[in-house]
Amino acid sequence: MDMQEIEIQVNGRPMSTTVAVDETLVDVLRYKLGIIEVKNGCGQGDCGACTVLLDGEAVNSCLTLAVQADGHRVTTTKGLGTAEDPHPLQTAFIEHGAVQCGFCSSGMILAAASLLQQNAAPTREEIREGISGNLCRCTGYTKIVDAIEEAAQARLPEERSA
Amino acid sequence: MMGAGETPEYKVIGRGVPRHDARDKVFGQTKYADDFVAPPGTLCAKVLRSKYAAALIVSIDTSRAEAMPGVHAVLTAKDVPHNETTSKFGQTHSAGGGFEGLYRVVADGKVRYMGEAVALVAAETLAQAEEAARAVEVVYDPQPGVFDPVEALKPDAYRVGEEDSNVVCAYKVRKGDVEAGFAQADVIVEGEYRVPFGDHTYLEPESGMAWIDEDGVLTIRASTQVIEHFRDVADIMGLPHNRVRVIAPMLGGGFGGKEDITVEAYLALLAYKTKRPVRLTYTREESILAHSKRHPYVMRYKTGATKDGKLVALDVDLVSDAGGYPFLSPWVLLYSVVMATGPYNVPNVRVDGISALTNNTFTSAYRGFGAPQVCFAYESQMDELAKKLGLSPLELRMRNYLHTGDELGTGYALESAVLTDETAQRAWDALGEPTKPRSPDEVVGRGIASGMQSYGRLVYLHDSSRAYVGFELDGSVVVRSGVQDIGGGQTSSIAQITAEILGVPMDDITVYFGDTALTPLAGTTTATRMLYMSGNATLKAARAVREAIVAQASEMLEVDAERIDLVDRMVCVAGDEQKSLPIVDVVQACASLGVSISNLAQFNAPSRDLEESDYVIGQIHPDYTFGTHAAEVAVDTKTGKVTVLKLVAAFDVGQSINKLSAEGQLEGGTVFGVGYGLLEDVKMDHGRTVTSALDTYLVPTAADMPDVLPIMLESRGGKGPFGAKGIGEPASTSGAPAVTNAVADAIGVRLKELPVTPERILTALREREEAIR
Repeated sequence: MDMQEIEIQVNGRPMSTTVAVDETLVDVLRYKLGIIEVKNGCGQGDCGACTVLLDGEAVNSCLTLAVQADGHRVTTTKGLGTAEDPHPLQTAFIEHGAVQCGFCSSGMILAAASLLQQNAAPTREEIREGISGNLCRCTGYTKIVDAIEEAAQARLPEERSA
Repeated sequence: MMGAGETPEYKVIGRGVPRHDARDKVFGQTKYADDFVAPPGTLCAKVLRSKYAAALIVSIDTSRAEAMPGVHAVLTAKDVPHNETTSKFGQTHSAGGGFEGLYRVVADGKVRYMGEAVALVAAETLAQAEEAARAVEVVYDPQPGVFDPVEALKPDAYRVGEEDSNVVCAYKVRKGDVEAGFAQADVIVEGEYRVPFGDHTYLEPESGMAWIDEDGVLTIRASTQVIEHFRDVADIMGLPHNRVRVIAPMLGGGFGGKEDITVEAYLALLAYKTKRPVRLTYTREESILAHSKRHPYVMRYKTGATKDGKLVALDVDLVSDAGGYPFLSPWVLLYSVVMATGPYNVPNVRVDGISALTNNTFTSAYRGFGAPQVCFAYESQMDELAKKLGLSPLELRMRNYLHTGDELGTGYALESAVLTDETAQRAWDALGEPTKPRSPDEVVGRGIASGMQSYGRLVYLHDSSRAYVGFELDGSVVVRSGVQDIGGGQTSSIAQITAEILGVPMDDITVYFGDTALTPLAGTTTATRMLYMSGNATLKAARAVREAIVAQASEMLEVDAERIDLVDRMVCVAGDEQKSLPIVDVVQACASLGVSISNLAQFNAPSRDLEESDYVIGQIHPDYTFGTHAAEVAVDTKTGKVTVLKLVAAFDVGQSINKLSAEGQLEGGTVFGVGYGLLEDVKMDHGRTVTSALDTYLVPTAADMPDVLPIMLESRGGKGPFGAKGIGEPASTSGAPAVTNAVADAIGVRLKELPVTPERILTALREREEAIR
């Protein structure tokens, strides 16, 4: 198998590693770079748990080859915000009880961040449509939609960028 | 009665405080089973699975696989010290009576379902392990198999196992005289209902890692609802129970699918053989193919009522498909026969249930555990009856709900609060004004369904749970309990209970959970039992600690203990605001004086032994939760598409411990139930799973669902801490029939098979049109 040296900026930090050309981004992030907050739920692009922002755009990292991310920026939930400096989406997810098992949360928050970049004031319908590629099996989605709606309102005054 | 949120005498109980685990989860700090650093030398495992559903294994040759690069072990049945044991699910008491069936780690001689493990491989890379698994040469002699439980029960049916019969178990419930009951009936409805296989579809697939620790203890960290499978692993390996340790980190969902043993035994065998750490995570396809499924049932229901709408007789036959091995099928069927009458008071009852082995994927625990299947049938029947009687669905139900003191079919009289009437009224009212159809092709309908669901395990299991609560010298608090946290806020709830009793903020409490070596065993996170059982154990331990602190403070402050309360890290004296003391001072005084500042408590559920009887009689579960779902749907009669417009879940939760978590269960459970009603269907063709990915096995997305309105009643009449009832499973049980009743109301035709898909709706509409012509 052909191997290739790649450099990815993960949450602002440049990281380099050698990958096989057919290795997926999710596997390289998780098992080579230790970026374990990115989850692998299906490996087939159906569940959205592996969602990351690639140059600010939400992608399924299980359908993205690691070599495609070479020279690009990857943002995970840790890059979006931290306990000390949380992103409004993260705060809203905590306060609304939009987190249960949490396995979808990282991808869900990034899908929501991507949605809010394209549509700063989405309706509840648009939120539901916007996160429909990310499955959650625990919450029934109501509290997730509540959280995204509130985060959108919180963000409106000061446009933060992810 | 008090509305949700009004809990004046509690400090934190009932409040919607953010769960202590939510922060770590949104900031990406929580580690799940596959997220831990693997030490150098860790091997990757792969399970070779049978490509036939029914076959004899003629020979297995592993020599080519073993010689491949990177391969450290290839194991088959002959390498498993005790390959055949009885299936256990964390119980500490054997119920007897056929509740435990054959459990086989790796197929031996005969393959009973497609996906059954045939060989286990450990290699240095996953690719090597996969390649080696493919190189294992298995010669199969394919057999005809049997794939329908009704067929499997015929005398000349193919024998799935080694036994003479495919019957796994059969149960009977009898109450009154059914013949006499039907003789009194003015109206009778009859129907045959069918429900499909279901996949749990937790977002985190089965996963784990095993290693031999520095003391030689076989240690397994796995995504499991039952860390007490450590005993099963020890029995399989021929090791003493105290030489196997199982750890469960936070789980990415369970829903019953991680109640059976999954990766644990495979990992144990490979780690023990290679003396290296071994890791294994199922692919999604593997998860759908090879782990347990929800039981399909064929249910024949006949219900009779008088013209004033009183139920007089119920006659039920249930056949469930156990798949290739028994696992929890006997238990699930027992739940079904006990709950087959639903939340209704029926004087004359006959229920017969039987479960059969087939060569389908094995079936076992799944949220609701046999109750959602029968709920679809009895709630369909209630609507049919209401129609015949000219009563509204709500009115007919109101006339028949069980109340405290009423007897189930088994003769057990309900002991706790039952508020089904109020849940039904509130759920129905909350639907509000009817929505207008958006096009001439659209019809709108409404449905209601009530459910009854046990919480706590079968009384035959003598269930118990333990928790340790103790102060540290700085006033912070430690709770240790072998709880598995599957995402429902299991550990956060016991922190909240501790905070209430000890008067400290939740942030001062650390809960150590899910470790058979370090945390007192708390039993399984299944059966809607964790809050009930570990909540009660934690409450007991925390109260003992509180008593010690209060007694010591009473001496230090020279006031009566009755006047003392613990609030915000302080000892306070009622009526004397000047007299107070930091709790930490009392803790330190206790430590100096040799007074214990910790307690290990055990809570035992009501228990009894299985009687020698042909019938299921008396108390079977500790208690039941009751509630009602209401739904409004629009159906496009040209396409068959169902749009769910409104969903309401009204439940008596007894007492919510965390308002957000309890609402989360109601909302999530409702959508789970609606998925069962409209979407979810594991299709098998001669034992081969056709829907082996999430683009063919469809679960609800955000776009498929409206908001769920949760309505929580708090009777404080449950058997859990502070009068709580369990809510995890009940919240989903009646979701499917609520929405299918709404579809029937909309289109005027009743579908008797789940899921109610557009194709089935169109077929039903076409058939009706043809019948009219």
